[in-house]
Amino acid sequence: MLRWILGGREAQSSLEKSSVLCIGEEQPQNCFTELQVLKGHFDIVRFLVQIDDFRCASAGDDGLVLVWNIETGEKLQELRGHSQQITAITTFVCRSPLTAQILLITASSDRSLSLWDPDTGNRVQTISDLQSSVKCLLVLERLCLCLSGGEELCVWNKDFQLQCHQQNHSDTGIFVLIELPKNCVAAAMDKEIVIYRLTVSANSSFSLTDMHHLSDHRDQIRALINVNDNIFATGSHAGELILWDAIDYNILAYEHILWEESQSASEIRVGPSKPSEMSIQHLCSNGKLVLAAVGCGLYVYSVLTKTVVAYRKVAHDSNVLHTMLLSDSELMSCSEDGSVRLWEIQDLPLPAEPASAAGFFGLLTFGRGSKQTGPPSKKVFDVPNLKMLELIGDLIGHSGPIQMFVSFKENGLVTCSADHLLILWKNGERQSHLRSLALFQKLEESGSL
Amino acid sequence: MIGSPDVVAFTKEDDYGQSNPDPWPALPEEFSIPLYPPVDSNPWSKTSYAKFTKDFILISEFSEQVGPQPLLTIPDEPKVCGTFDLNYFSLRIMSVDYQASFVGHPPGSGYPRLSFVEDSRVVLGDSKEGAFAYVHHLTLYDLEARGFVRPFCMAYVSADERKIMLQFQELSLRFSQASECLKAGNRRAFAKELQRKLQDLEYTHSVLQREEGLQREAGPQTRYSAHAVEKANELANVEKSIYEHRDLLKQITSYHRRPREDEMEEDEEGVRRRPSYTPQLIRAKSAKCFDKRLKTLQELCDERFYEASMELLKETERSFRGDLCYLHTCRLDRALRKKQTLTNFLFEEEVCDNNEDEVIIRPFCPVNHSVESSTPLDGTAEPFSETSHTLESELGPGESQLESSPSDHTLETQDSSEETKGSYSSGNSRTKQPHYLDTVKSEVPDLDSDLTPDHERESSSEDMETTVGDDEGDNGDHTPMSLLEPNGECEETPVEVCESDLLLPIDTTCCMAQDGFIYEDLSVDIAAESQHNTSAQPPQTLVVNQEPQALHLLQDHYTVGSPSKSSGLELPVGQHADSVSRMSVEDGSDCTMSASTGSDRAVSPIGYAGVVTLRQKKKAGQGALRFVRQYPFAMQALWCLLSGRTLVVFGEDEGRVRKLVSALALFVPGPGKCAERVQAWMSGPFSLSDIYRWKLIGLQRVTSPVGSSTLYSLSRYSRYISILDIDQKTLHCPPYRGQLLSNMANHRTYIRRGSTYFLHLQSMLCQLAAKAFLLTFTHHLHLPVSSEEGTEVVQGRRHCFLQEQLGLGEEDSQILLYLSQLITQYYLQPPTESCTAPPCFFFKYTTSVLYKI
Repeated sequence: MLRWILGGREAQSSLEKSSVLCIGEEQPQNCFTELQVLKGHFDIVRFLVQIDDFRCASAGDDGLVLVWNIETGEKLQELRGHSQQITAITTFVCRSPLTAQILLITASSDRSLSLWDPDTGNRVQTISDLQSSVKCLLVLERLCLCLSGGEELCVWNKDFQLQCHQQNHSDTGIFVLIELPKNCVAAAMDKEIVIYRLTVSANSSFSLTDMHHLSDHRDQIRALINVNDNIFATGSHAGELILWDAIDYNILAYEHILWEESQSASEIRVGPSKPSEMSIQHLCSNGKLVLAAVGCGLYVYSVLTKTVVAYRKVAHDSNVLHTMLLSDSELMSCSEDGSVRLWEIQDLPLPAEPASAAGFFGLLTFGRGSKQTGPPSKKVFDVPNLKMLELIGDLIGHSGPIQMFVSFKENGLVTCSADHLLILWKNGERQSHLRSLALFQKLEESGSL
Repeated sequence: MIGSPDVVAFTKEDDYGQSNPDPWPALPEEFSIPLYPPVDSNPWSKTSYAKFTKDFILISEFSEQVGPQPLLTIPDEPKVCGTFDLNYFSLRIMSVDYQASFVGHPPGSGYPRLSFVEDSRVVLGDSKEGAFAYVHHLTLYDLEARGFVRPFCMAYVSADERKIMLQFQELSLRFSQASECLKAGNRRAFAKELQRKLQDLEYTHSVLQREEGLQREAGPQTRYSAHAVEKANELANVEKSIYEHRDLLKQITSYHRRPREDEMEEDEEGVRRRPSYTPQLIRAKSAKCFDKRLKTLQELCDERFYEASMELLKETERSFRGDLCYLHTCRLDRALRKKQTLTNFLFEEEVCDNNEDEVIIRPFCPVNHSVESSTPLDGTAEPFSETSHTLESELGPGESQLESSPSDHTLETQDSSEETKGSYSSGNSRTKQPHYLDTVKSEVPDLDSDLTPDHERESSSEDMETTVGDDEGDNGDHTPMSLLEPNGECEETPVEVCESDLLLPIDTTCCMAQDGFIYEDLSVDIAAESQHNTSAQPPQTLVVNQEPQALHLLQDHYTVGSPSKSSGLELPVGQHADSVSRMSVEDGSDCTMSASTGSDRAVSPIGYAGVVTLRQKKKAGQGALRFVRQYPFAMQALWCLLSGRTLVVFGEDEGRVRKLVSALALFVPGPGKCAERVQAWMSGPFSLSDIYRWKLIGLQRVTSPVGSSTLYSLSRYSRYISILDIDQKTLHCPPYRGQLLSNMANHRTYIRRGSTYFLHLQSMLCQLAAKAFLLTFTHHLHLPVSSEEGTEVVQGRRHCFLQEQLGLGEEDSQILLYLSQLITQYYLQPPTESCTAPPCFFFKYTTSVLYKI
């Protein structure tokens, strides 16, 4: 593709090598046919958080938090206050008997925590001069509490009063927190998962107790998620995926994702693959499936059967940074290579017909390199119901790594990137329909209809 | 006095109206086309025997020394008039002199009186010469002339009688403006002359008195000598002369201010601002010889006023170019475009929101007087606080002035002519006035700057009772037209002149529909010129009408079409014709088109330079035609542009890329007023925002390693763009197999001229816009008719509409859908409203193919 324009042979070969997977420009299943570029940040945009059905907030290294209307693409608020990069952002729903007010909590490297009202753009509360910068935030809506993790674990109430705190002894500090049943939270630090229990004493004061230390990972933990009420999952830098029981903290499943095995059959492999190639960057789950971003590949694991469902070793040209399961068969991933890809879990053609399978692969524009990863994989895992992860579309627009994305279902998708931009991807057809509706409404209002 | 048998009867408006009834009474008036009478089967029969090739404006005077003589023509080049005998024609038009402008001592008055006479307008024809003319007579004051008046006339000469008759109102309006401007300047100059003369006289008087005193001292014996008597007579003569001149000065200065009570204090103010002048002694036997040199028209007027009026006349000439049919078509076009405000942004020029229609029916003569006379009133009453005037204060004196019309001071003949003219004026003239004045006021450049030097040199304060004649201190005679004049800075930067032209209220309100673009045209062309060769353009080219050569130079800048060609549709001949030939050789195009294309430099201003003008568009039409004829895949490229896919023109040579981009810019829907959606030339890699912002991009091909990042961005965003490689002559874009554009981009088109092709395009694009409008605003194509209908049904209906009713294929439908999207967005969010939301970018995921030549 575009060989004619690139001219030289060298360029041509490099292009083919780099485009591990190329879907081409014909993407009938890709419904994102309209985009808006949202400008406002001055540095890498790292975080996106959905506020409600039509608003989202973005935050990044410039310390700015911007609130966007994703229906129109307008910038609604600019929350200024942090002097350094934002390290964590989350929404905090303050429920009173009558209303539910959505607030935003942000943590920054300037060692402050702020509570914002995204409707007005006001900073409601702020805590500065913390001992260390906060790396992660967790809101326990049930208790109307907020936990901040870093070198210490602090518990705040909705008025930002410190309820209790726990000093950690690890150097790395807590970088991710999840909520577990029975007022427990799991905190990941380095190779360990620490389970804390939050207890409410009679005088309604809180205290944290260190319950368990789960240290089964051999390498640094990179991802920690809730799968469902009973299971949570962790992924490590060494490619270990562990499913834990959320109540008695036993290991339910242990999967070591080793791409080497799939590659050992091929001659091109030289030396052991680097650990980053199998590092689990991101995990997401819809309760039934766990999707792991492993290096630049994707790995779909079924919680029910405790087996791999589908995988693709090279899903992107570079590390995958964020993933999402849209449904049981569709998923999305974004990567450092600046693209978002849409995938579908498809049934493999019958294994009894290898010839047609090869033809099928060939038809689907597999690159030369990826052809080898397809068929041998069956041998490796030897799972009869292994499915195929098929690329059905990609979104190209950012010129830097895409840090994160948030889906607003049919309203669109917001991506944020290191190129300081946000892109709002929409279904062009739907938007066109909406605009037509608006047009006739305006006509009616002006009495021309 | 009207002796010519050929004077066309044109006295009342309705006379004409009766002779040519509207053939389609159902049509609104602005859309009706005046048809030629059926007997006039050959449209060229009229012009065939005319001895000149195109219409021109002739200024003649009735010289008291040599009789009628032509002074100048606009445009001022010999080709225009051909073998047409200007001398003879001047005789004809001056012989229709009109009002026997009476000057001298009226009965019962001791002093000579100036007559403030109305101009007269007449249409006359010379069937032998095949010439018809609208003739506008005016008189200017000259102290040295017989009866202090010099009769002049300005004539619009055309071979087409109907053209003049149909445009009479507007011709009259425009010539009246020019005339008022000239006369205002003349009054200034005349007053100034009078003042000097007065000073001379008083000086002479004092000298004579001194001499007489000396004689008296010398002794009584010399008192009754012949010499002494002669001296006494001389003194008496000088005294009389002083009184006469004072009276004249009073008359001329009171021209505007007669009804004002506070004249005296104004005078006191005026005295302080009198410039210094060294009086000279006037010999008793002043040279009353017959061979004295008469002042030229230029000398008779204040310089700036003269220039302004010449500018007005030039403008008039420009705007009346082309035949009647063309003028009407233009007017029709504008009238129609005004109706379609919703889709104009797609392919049409912006129509300025001025009340041109009202201007057409605007009365010319009496109103102009009131305009003219009320403005100066303010100027003289409060010369230092011009801007603080309220509307009422402006209006009040104007009204009163109107009532005490200058015809009081003329004889019956003028009164009758006044009546005739009055019949043209419509009743709403008065109501328009405030607005008009207001705009004039608000855009008046700071005239106080003119005044300030005068305060400083208030040295000699003699007991003179006059103000108006002051050099620059007086802005009393500032007509609106006088604002046309280039002021100090403008002379250095020609662009600004034209910018100010653009802003002039007088222009926009008083010009007829078709000439709106000429203003823009002019400004940008000159802007473009000045951008590229500021050094090459001497500032004196702005000084209108100095030398014939200067006018030739001017011609290049100021004309819309080529001055040598007769048709108004003609494309101008570029100044750098040599580069054209080089270009066409390079492009490998068949050089069947006329050589009239611009240079690269002339094409380049499309971009952020400014408003894209009609002229540029026509020029671009040439390029587009060449593109269509040269590339078999032109249709695909045009489809990309029309369906909203960004087209990147990729090439090494900046000139060629720019040229092609400006040609293809014609096809960019909704390019924006200043072609914001087009980027003529950029180098280096581009980002998504570039594709997003621009629909047509000229991109530099770089062979060095730097270019690889450009290539990378090209391949990365290839799904959003089409790439037209003009070096390798390839086009990378989705396949297009539709029929809609085959008429627009016919590789074997018979159209040979760029301007023709441009008009062809306009009609095709207009058709597209109309269809898109229909698609956008047809309710049932977007909304369910009944509640049980789903979106699929609506979609199917839309599909059916496009496919079966409009007969469009899949790809052709995309064009309409894209245009419809643009219209929808435009309707929902007009560009005038401020919008913080970023624009949307639509695209489709389709495979591209590579087209080769």
